[in-house]
Amino acid sequence: MGMLEVKGINKRFGGLQALGDVNLSVAENTTHAIIGPNGAGKSTLLNVLVGKLIPDSGSVMFNGQSVLGRKPHEINQMGISRVFQTPEIFSDLSVFENVMIPCFAKRDGSFRMHAIESIISEKGIQQQAEEILADVNMLEKRHMIASSLSRGDKRRLEMAMCLVQDPKLLLLDEPTAGMARADTENTINLLKEIRAQRGITMAIIEHDMNVVFSLAERITVLAQGTPLVEDTPDNIKGHPKVREAYLGEAQV
Amino acid sequence: MLGLNKKDARLLLIVVAITMLAPFILNPFPAGSDLAQFNAGYPDLMQRFVIFGILAIGFNILFGLTGYLSFGHAAFLGVGSYAAVWMFKLLSMNIIPAIMLSVIIAGVFSLVIGYVSLRRSGIYFSILTLAFAQMSYSLAYSVLTPLTGGETGLQPKATDARILDGALEPGEAATPSLFNIAMRDSFELSLGNWEFVFNFGYYVAAVVMIFAFYMSIRIFRSPFGMMLRAIKSNQTRMSYTGLNARPYTLAAFVISGMYAGLAGGLLVAMDPQAGAERMFWTASGEIVIMTILGGAGTLIGPVLGAGFIKYFENIVSKINETVLHQWFYWLPDGLEDFVIAMIYPFVGKGWHLPLGLLFMLVVIFLPGGLVQGGQKIAGLFSRKTADEPQPKATEPAE
Repeated sequence: MGMLEVKGINKRFGGLQALGDVNLSVAENTTHAIIGPNGAGKSTLLNVLVGKLIPDSGSVMFNGQSVLGRKPHEINQMGISRVFQTPEIFSDLSVFENVMIPCFAKRDGSFRMHAIESIISEKGIQQQAEEILADVNMLEKRHMIASSLSRGDKRRLEMAMCLVQDPKLLLLDEPTAGMARADTENTINLLKEIRAQRGITMAIIEHDMNVVFSLAERITVLAQGTPLVEDTPDNIKGHPKVREAYLGEAQV
Repeated sequence: MLGLNKKDARLLLIVVAITMLAPFILNPFPAGSDLAQFNAGYPDLMQRFVIFGILAIGFNILFGLTGYLSFGHAAFLGVGSYAAVWMFKLLSMNIIPAIMLSVIIAGVFSLVIGYVSLRRSGIYFSILTLAFAQMSYSLAYSVLTPLTGGETGLQPKATDARILDGALEPGEAATPSLFNIAMRDSFELSLGNWEFVFNFGYYVAAVVMIFAFYMSIRIFRSPFGMMLRAIKSNQTRMSYTGLNARPYTLAAFVISGMYAGLAGGLLVAMDPQAGAERMFWTASGEIVIMTILGGAGTLIGPVLGAGFIKYFENIVSKINETVLHQWFYWLPDGLEDFVIAMIYPFVGKGWHLPLGLLFMLVVIFLPGGLVQGGQKIAGLFSRKTADEPQPKATEPAE
């Protein structure tokens, strides 16, 4: 029984069957990649997992609890964090504030009326925020406004914001999309570190085969909204069905 | 001090000093001189400065922090005013129960309007609040006449019950008071040609404003305030961080509605009457302009903006043709008429014109409002005096 169990998900957009009978099981303490050519339904699936889209049928269970029908903030409070294709951070706030906010969300839940307390006196939260910034090597940038960071640093910051919440499952949506070679390497190393040190279960949606094969322990291949195969990276590499789906797009 | 960092504590102290010494600061010209026209140190105007300051401080908690632009805040001011007059009519001329009821009623009212309006954001939110405020205005003018006095407005009458004070004597005017000291009581001080007026009502309102300002600093520096800024910055990340934006925005809306109710109650405490025109959409627009002019999202900006607008409205509007002739009598006749013809459109009834020009200049060149202008000027001076590199603008919060 996996940590995340997706069963029989169907999602139609008008005449287009975006997801057809998708089954997926992400086991605890693994990195599970979901790959597939453009339009395979990867992003639709991710949006179903985080509560942004509601499927027409099927079930999504996380640690034995249904995810469907819950709002994104409720799903996050269950322990699922998401990293976006383009980093979603609080651009107008400082780096330090960016990581303090998830600390508060973790401690106080989705709403708390702490209007008179001062941030300065929240020593515990500040310490947590400093620790995570040190972990991602951004402590010296703590007073910078987030919008002035480089693309790579924005990605690190977003990762730090997710990690500081101690998620049970981290969803990554093409974490290296549009990145230069060096940045991609950095991101891969960062993710490997996180995986090794924190043992967080990860589900990665990715286009870049290089990234997938250096990180994933299990791979699900989606094509036209349906899972083709699910296997280990080594078996996926030579799989004829996968070659067929990717024909002409990349050497697998 | 008081849970504030050094910079905020200094700002608070400056505000306290200015409001306490306002009767001196606003009357820099000797009475009877040509420039006495520009003296703003009379009770009625000073009261307006601080009361509209409270209104703008409250509005800034919503607009400055969350970015939700309410175009109907005058409704809460109006509701607060009516509530206060009713307290005068039913209970007592003491302003404390009146102001308390103003704040409570405005809070309840803003909870209802906010709950509905906050289902949308951006321009739709603004239009919804505008619609609610205009609806309140129209209702107050027409069908709610028994409650609001309709066109004539609401004021204390001889026939009022006034359970605690008893009915008015024939010919006795209803004067709001704080434990039997009337709001209109003033102490006048003459120093040579200068005259200074210390009005009890002003000082009551000023103390309330200082408290309101202090509370707004606390909110700005609290985790709650940080959440509100996060909402303005990125609502997607907000919800994927496990935070529900709706209750946060609603709380900010209600707090700013209560500030508006407080201002409405204080207006009535200074002058015990309320009319529906206080809720008209231009009044809501004025609040928006005050906040943007001073600097939305800054602590002191809204108060500055409120002061500027009230100054223009009350001082520049009084410069009529006669006054201009007094100023320029020494010029040759033809030239005098020419100069006056040039200046006339900008003063007196045309007071909106210079204010509009100022507003345009601020929005175009100083998006951070007058506060940003002040910072720029301060920056120029400190660069000239100090050779060593300036510390970064984003100081640590500790």
